[in-house]
Amino acid sequence: MNLFGAGFAWILAPRHWVTTAEGSGIGDALVHHLFLTAVSVLITVVIAGPLGLYIGHTGRFRRVAIGASNAARALPTLGLLSALILLLGIGDVPPVVVLVVLGIPPLLAGAYAGLESLDRQTIDAARAVGMTEFQILRKVEIPLAAPLLLGGLRAAALQIVATVALASVFGLQSLGTFIIDGLAQADYVKMTAGAILVAALALLLDGVLAVVQRLVGPRGVSRGTDRHRTTARDGKKPVALTQDAH
Amino acid sequence: MIAVGAIAAVTAVLLAGCSSSSSTLSGNSGTKAKTSIVVGSANFSENEILADIYGQALAANGYHVSYKLNIGARAAYVPALEKGEVNLIPEYSGSILAYLSKSATASSSADVKAALDAALPASLKALTPSSAADSDSLNVTPAFAAKNGLSSIADLSKLSTVKIAANPEFQTRPDGIKGLQSIYGLTNLKFTAISDGGGPATLKALLDGTVDVADIYSTTPSILANKLVTLSDPKSLFASQEVVPIVSSSKVDAKLTSVLNKVSAALTTQDLLALNTEVSGDSKTAPADAAKAWLAKAALF
Repeated sequence: MNLFGAGFAWILAPRHWVTTAEGSGIGDALVHHLFLTAVSVLITVVIAGPLGLYIGHTGRFRRVAIGASNAARALPTLGLLSALILLLGIGDVPPVVVLVVLGIPPLLAGAYAGLESLDRQTIDAARAVGMTEFQILRKVEIPLAAPLLLGGLRAAALQIVATVALASVFGLQSLGTFIIDGLAQADYVKMTAGAILVAALALLLDGVLAVVQRLVGPRGVSRGTDRHRTTARDGKKPVALTQDAH
Repeated sequence: MIAVGAIAAVTAVLLAGCSSSSSTLSGNSGTKAKTSIVVGSANFSENEILADIYGQALAANGYHVSYKLNIGARAAYVPALEKGEVNLIPEYSGSILAYLSKSATASSSADVKAALDAALPASLKALTPSSAADSDSLNVTPAFAAKNGLSSIADLSKLSTVKIAANPEFQTRPDGIKGLQSIYGLTNLKFTAISDGGGPATLKALLDGTVDVADIYSTTPSILANKLVTLSDPKSLFASQEVVPIVSSSKVDAKLTSVLNKVSAALTTQDLLALNTEVSGDSKTAPADAAKAWLAKAALF
């Protein structure tokens, strides 16, 4: 508790917000942290968004996509970052590449799972009234699957914003600077402050995206899905309980 | 029951006393049971090579040597030394002094040794340091040195800004950025923390010009391999880091001291660099084999 109190006090001290020869300031670190997050999320969306929609709409390459994104999940992030730093030198490109690799699997999964979860009859109906495939995607599938699509984005953004901290192992500014430098300097108050800052930023970003996710969902549809799931779970519960009793 | 226990305990103490005194005697006369020594090392290859060199030298002189290598950082192995679970560890004079005494300011070789002798607990003893040393060193590329006429740390004041890369603790260490500012009066420093102890990422940053100066340990093979210019340190910013065996006081006698001092006297910084290159370089020689080859070449015993 004491360490947390000291960590908060450290964050609130104005002199820790400006960069000096003594160390990086929270201001600069926060700006660069957000910059790396924004660029990485944007590139992730540009790559995984269309790909996920294509796979979800057509059902093609699904197996390949699942395999590839599971393989990407297994990549050790710090190892990949070290390798890219040694290859490309210290700069923003290596962490962005690593973060995009990290962000693609959840976003891709959200996109194709979102489209696959839709009622096929709705899509057949849209086709029957003469919509083109692109119209079906834009006017039916994306709006209906929006909560799951945004769920994927939310998962990707959360992973990215928390992992940006690793870039500071190689001297790049981010909120991770305080964690990594604090550990090396045995300054555990600074380290705690860094951890609080990263956690707070991640919670804030996730909260904002959660609100957006709630706003974009077509109300009737999402509620219907929820009720369906609840009943299914309720039906299974007693069985599970009796099995536990044995 | 209690009486029996007490007798057993007393007997055990007496026996322990007997056995230790008899082994010391036989160690001195060199006839019967060998004195056993447990040699340990920190978790990096140079330290392991040094442990092998000292250990093999003792083994060649009739000691029974066992090894506990790669123990970890000082926080892990210094307590083991104090408890006697390990009897010998090769150390670096300035670093072990800084670990034992946070307020230490000694910098020259003699001052560091004197302060170290005072800081060590009674159970441990530092033998005579070797001239071989592995300290922090500030390095620049040959092109950058030639362009700006750099040969010493003091020359860095010629530049308008100096981008310097080192481990994060360099920022707060007294012999880091603070020392560069107060001892050399450098006010033009811009610091980049790279957490790999002067390893490949630091080297890459130096070679591609991301930073101008890199803190790399003086016996790292990459300094020679890339013909880096190590800036001299005329005002002794970096404390002396001579290799020094730290030994359990209970094991120290004239013979052990003479064996270990003979090794320390023969070892040079160039040897360390060559040994590190052998072990960490392309040939990937095992530390024990590199140690064996060095001892054979030195022909001390």
